[in-house]
Amino acid sequence: MAADTPVEYIQHHLTNLTYGKLPEGYERADGTVLQEATWTMAHTGQEASDMGFMAFHVDTLGWSIFMGILFLGLFRMVAKKATTGVPGGLQNVVEMTFEFIQGIIRDGFHGRNPVIAPLALTIFVWIFLMNSLKLIPVDFIPQIAHFLGLEYFKIVPTTDPNGTFGISIGVFLLIIFYSIKVKGAGGFAKELSFTPFNHWALVPFNLVLEILGLLTKPLSLALRLFGNMYAGEVVFILIAILPFWVQWTLNVPWAIFHILVITLQAFIFTTLSVVYLSQAHEDH
Amino acid sequence: MNINLTLIGQAIAFAIFVWFCVKYVWPPITAAMEARQKKIADGLSAADRASLDLELAQEKASKELQQAKEEAAALIDQANKRAAQIVEASKDDARKEGDKLIEQARAEIQQERIQARDALRKEVATLAIAGAEKILETSVDAKAHSEMLDKLAAEL
Repeated sequence: MAADTPVEYIQHHLTNLTYGKLPEGYERADGTVLQEATWTMAHTGQEASDMGFMAFHVDTLGWSIFMGILFLGLFRMVAKKATTGVPGGLQNVVEMTFEFIQGIIRDGFHGRNPVIAPLALTIFVWIFLMNSLKLIPVDFIPQIAHFLGLEYFKIVPTTDPNGTFGISIGVFLLIIFYSIKVKGAGGFAKELSFTPFNHWALVPFNLVLEILGLLTKPLSLALRLFGNMYAGEVVFILIAILPFWVQWTLNVPWAIFHILVITLQAFIFTTLSVVYLSQAHEDH
Repeated sequence: MNINLTLIGQAIAFAIFVWFCVKYVWPPITAAMEARQKKIADGLSAADRASLDLELAQEKASKELQQAKEEAAALIDQANKRAAQIVEASKDDARKEGDKLIEQARAEIQQERIQARDALRKEVATLAIAGAEKILETSVDAKAHSEMLDKLAAEL
């Protein structure tokens, strides 16, 4: 492994498997110089960051899509066999999740929109599954990936800001969409201009305040989830540096604590998304 | 920690997942849950109704039982009365029959007595004539002395 010192070990574990475009004339880690702009796998963290925006984190995308398909596959299977009689074990779990989500919607959402509930379900279960990947010991999957010839491998999509921002931007676009749909473009603009101070002279001030407030929503959603997951991951990696015979004294309690964090973060993300979307549906 | 195209990929994946969930996951499961809820509610109200029915039925049954008991008592009463009447009537009949039989027997006895007396009288008359003839040593003209004979017979 490319990790000799603790710092390198940590950095190695926090680098994504990146596939992206390197510019013309770029000198790679092994000393070769690229003749033209090339799409390739990054071999070092430096290369990955030099790829800039034109890059994909293959591990983040792969695992998040895998988890999404796992979620939808499982739930679709239950949906197909759903019985109105006595439900079996898996259907019970699924229905409990449904009732949990319906509870969130009842408490937090005051409009009428058939999309919000399944949206909240998707957010909750997907984030929960992605977060739970964290409970897999930090070296297991990267080591397997290493044997398969992949230098970097970070399995928890929510410890990647791209992963969390991807979801929160989705929610943000829905907020904008429903604001305009419910209040009309004019109504939405009016709301941004005349709250909190209903006076024409304060319109610019209101606009700055409201637009900032609007933009804070996806930012806070994504950063909260990312921050919690990333910090937890760093602690797990730090514990993994310790001699193997003391690790369990720290990572077992931390993992148990993270069972709570994983669920809680998924729940917070879901609830806040529902509340934001509810605000988007409110016509003043 | 670099922000890159992953972001857009993730957002697209999210959109597809939400679409799939809205279309194929949420409706069938909520439909099943609601259907079960309705089933349970129906079952509960049916149970309520059934217990109410049961109560009514019990009430009705006890009422009918009461009525049947009363009817039975009335019938038994009537039967007893009728039986007493019949016994009384048959006693009456028997008594009447007995009286009649006794009467008949008496009448027969009377008749037979009269007959016997008549026969005896005739016998005596004949004997008297025969005795008189013996005494007189002549025949007595029964016709000539019939008046006397009859008188004699009547005296017997």
